[in-house]
Amino acid sequence: MSDGAEEPVAGKKTPSVFLERQSYRRRRLMDAARLLPVLGALLFAVPLIWPRAGQPGAVQSSHGVIYIFTVWAVLILGNLWFGHLTRSWSGRDPVDPGREGDSFPPAGG
Amino acid sequence: MATLNLMVLVCLAYVALLFIVAFAADRFAATGRSTWLRSPLIYTLSLSIYCTAWTFYGAVGYAARSGLEFVTIYLGPTLVMMGWWWGLRKLVRVGRSQRVTSVADLISSRYGKSNLLAIAVTVLAVIGITPYIALQLQSITLSFSIFFEEAPVGSYSDASVVFWVAVGLAVFAILFGTRNLDANERHHGVVTAIALEAVVKLVALLAVGIFVVWGLSGGVAETLARIDASPIGEWQVNGSRWATITFLAVAAFVCLPRMFQVMVVENDDERHLRTAAWAFPLYLLLISLFVVPIAVVGLDVMPAGANPDMFVLTVPLAQGKAALAMLSFLGGFSSATSMVIVAAMALSTMVSNHVVMPIWLSAQGDRASVSGDVRSVVLLARRISIGAIMALGYFYFRLSGGGSALASIGLISFAGIAQILPAMIGGLFWRGATRIGALAGLTVGFALWLYTLLLPQLGAGILPQSVLEQGLFGFGWLRPEALFGIEGLDPIVHSVMWSMLLNAGVFCLGSMLSFPSPLERLQGAQFVDVFDHSAGPRGWTGSVAQSEDLMIMTQRILGAREAQVLFQREAALQGGRGHLPEPTPLFLERLERELSGSVGAAAAHAMIGQIVGGSSVSVEDLLAVADESAQLMEYSSQLEAKSAELARTARKLREANEKLTQISLQKDAFLGQISHELRTPMTSIRAFSEILRDEDNLTEGEKVRYAGIIHDEALRLTRLLNDLLDLSVLESGQVTLNMRTGLISEVLDRAVSAALAGAEGSLLVRRRQGTEAIRLTSDFDRLAQVFINLISNAQKYCNAPQPELVISVHDVGGQVVVDFIDNGGGVPVEVQSTVFEKFFRVNAEKAGGAGLGLAISKEIMQRLGGDIVYLPGHTGGAFRVSLPLEEAQVGQG
Repeated sequence: MSDGAEEPVAGKKTPSVFLERQSYRRRRLMDAARLLPVLGALLFAVPLIWPRAGQPGAVQSSHGVIYIFTVWAVLILGNLWFGHLTRSWSGRDPVDPGREGDSFPPAGG
Repeated sequence: MATLNLMVLVCLAYVALLFIVAFAADRFAATGRSTWLRSPLIYTLSLSIYCTAWTFYGAVGYAARSGLEFVTIYLGPTLVMMGWWWGLRKLVRVGRSQRVTSVADLISSRYGKSNLLAIAVTVLAVIGITPYIALQLQSITLSFSIFFEEAPVGSYSDASVVFWVAVGLAVFAILFGTRNLDANERHHGVVTAIALEAVVKLVALLAVGIFVVWGLSGGVAETLARIDASPIGEWQVNGSRWATITFLAVAAFVCLPRMFQVMVVENDDERHLRTAAWAFPLYLLLISLFVVPIAVVGLDVMPAGANPDMFVLTVPLAQGKAALAMLSFLGGFSSATSMVIVAAMALSTMVSNHVVMPIWLSAQGDRASVSGDVRSVVLLARRISIGAIMALGYFYFRLSGGGSALASIGLISFAGIAQILPAMIGGLFWRGATRIGALAGLTVGFALWLYTLLLPQLGAGILPQSVLEQGLFGFGWLRPEALFGIEGLDPIVHSVMWSMLLNAGVFCLGSMLSFPSPLERLQGAQFVDVFDHSAGPRGWTGSVAQSEDLMIMTQRILGAREAQVLFQREAALQGGRGHLPEPTPLFLERLERELSGSVGAAAAHAMIGQIVGGSSVSVEDLLAVADESAQLMEYSSQLEAKSAELARTARKLREANEKLTQISLQKDAFLGQISHELRTPMTSIRAFSEILRDEDNLTEGEKVRYAGIIHDEALRLTRLLNDLLDLSVLESGQVTLNMRTGLISEVLDRAVSAALAGAEGSLLVRRRQGTEAIRLTSDFDRLAQVFINLISNAQKYCNAPQPELVISVHDVGGQVVVDFIDNGGGVPVEVQSTVFEKFFRVNAEKAGGAGLGLAISKEIMQRLGGDIVYLPGHTGGAFRVSLPLEEAQVGQG
């Protein structure tokens, strides 16, 4: 997956050591996408340390519900955001060099 | 009031609608007017078969029993979707590029197309999924019976309902899942129908939820308060179960055959994942959003002892909301049917591709290409498999009596399917994973799951009570629910921990200790580096393959029209004019992939192998060929070397022959010469001695003169004979050398004066006295003989008007060289190599000697440890005499 496959800047023959700003952003975005499930797993693991029923200070179920579903929604939004950003570079995306631009709008979008 | 009859009517109408939708979608797809059928929306909704009746009914029951723990089942898939960029995307890419038809096909394909591995995965899947299918049947039956309890009608029995439901589902799956054998194995009709069902179940659950929150509880805040006041009002989740079930859900989401079917096999476009990555978690969130409120309200309003698994249905019914209950029933019905249909399809693909087809192919022997309709065999195998799987589910339901709580069956099933995970993840991300490792890991995991979870939990009576309590063979540490003496764990946690740990451990260990076959290594590289290259792993050589045979076989598998379209497309791609493509390796490889979409990778490989016959090139063959060609190359290089040597020898022989011929000619010439040389003096001697004998009146002066001539001639003869004797002595090595030490100038002085004394002619000898002061030890008489010979040769043969001989002495790196160079015409090039041969004479007329001088000189010099050579490159005759300096010393002067 070479992001260096950008069009070379006129006059430069050898690729630069540093990526162009756009490619750099793209790579950091991919890093973020890789971290998202880790973050999700960590956040979903938080209830493991909550005091359980019968222990002093046991967490109310309603709080649990609110916490879980909030984290869930935030993760979905994060993924939506990432999907939205990656859509814009589908043309040069090495993932799908085939046809570009699905005419159908994304589900729920 | 909803009656059972109305219920059945609605049900049938709904099924009819599904049929119409599926049929229409298939038609649309066939005509190509189906852009929306391939949209990310449909893809996302089809993923929702993850949410079965276990979700629809079971989640509420689960929540009523253990609070929020149910949510882990949906958090797992959410996490998987979050990591789509580096996880699912790879899986989908591999599935598409390898034309994988099922999860068993994926594993088999990755590990060198091993059918054994495919069978293992298939067996595991069938055993794991059958209870799950039974669970769906149970939920449908339960929901029917609830309506029956509400409004009893005459003849109702659970058994007949479940039987007809099973039959109906089997018919649906057969009709839409095995209509055709598509190379891509996509079923637009089924996918569209389950997308519709996905909407129905979501809407139904949301409707019940909204009714419960706003209709019964009076708002969000009130509902939250009600939750806290309920029996599950406090956080009561067991940490180990929370983590274990989340992990199980992750594993099941990617390993479940039905999930693999909709996620990978039915995937039309990799980019759909981008949408599904957030849309499917959203779907899951919405599905689980109202689960806790429904559970809490159900616990509150329903009488104690009511089955919490049915709250979704019973709560609206109890509140008199018949229409809502009907919708809810349809939701549950949808959940169950969509899961059963897809699971039956996915399992039947696995069974027919990896169990039935290999058996059938081997039973057919090598007649697959000429007899039997493979296409109908495959379809029949799938239909029978679907029927058999449904029958298994039905009998399991009947035998187990449907007593266990829904959720526990689901989790047990998940734990079984999760055993595929190590082999799958290892196959996708680790090139070192091998078939042996995968097989060993899978076996160990499967056995442990069977022993620690499935048999103790569901197989009541199969495992004797003594084993449960005292362990296998009485070993306490082998107790199914407390392996190695670790007690007190939840059964699920215990089983998952041991089976996954040992499965993954054995998988890694087996992979590290075994060595993969070349095909495995190639496939491993193709899977792990799928984003770098997606070329085929092996080649066919098609020179023997007949296009007609391939065509006939393909027609049998794909159907006549599809096969013709495919072959025409390939022919066009190759640029040929005929309608049959040339059986190029590229074409064969593509064809194999197309076929593997229908009958599985291993079977397709075997079938093409049967037609192409011996020319199917396995990697082993390629390696053998490479070995052979390497040997051939080595052999041919040896041959080359030998032939070069032969050529050299032949050249030497030719040279030797030329030399021999020349020598023989010289000898002949010499014999003529020597007889002439001998006869001339003999004739003179005879003539003059006859004169002396017969003539009486000779003067004294005449007598003296004639006697002198006789004497001279006798001397000449003697000299000639001396030379010959000398040469033979030298050659035989019997010569004795008289070594002494002296200056080389002395030898030269003697030689020059001896050679020039009494000779006619005016040879001018030039010497450089300064360089001649070299002291050496040698036989000075012999050396002088050589020098005299050279000087007199110059005297005899130098044809310059003013003959001149330059004698120069050098000290050249350990050797003394003495050059004799005259200003005459020199020795002609063609005879330079024979100048030192015996009896050689440049030109017979001028010859004074017998042509032995240089030969003798050469022999002498070799005896003295030196050499004499002719120096080419000079205008005149040039000879170089070299002597070793070991015995020579540079003189003081």
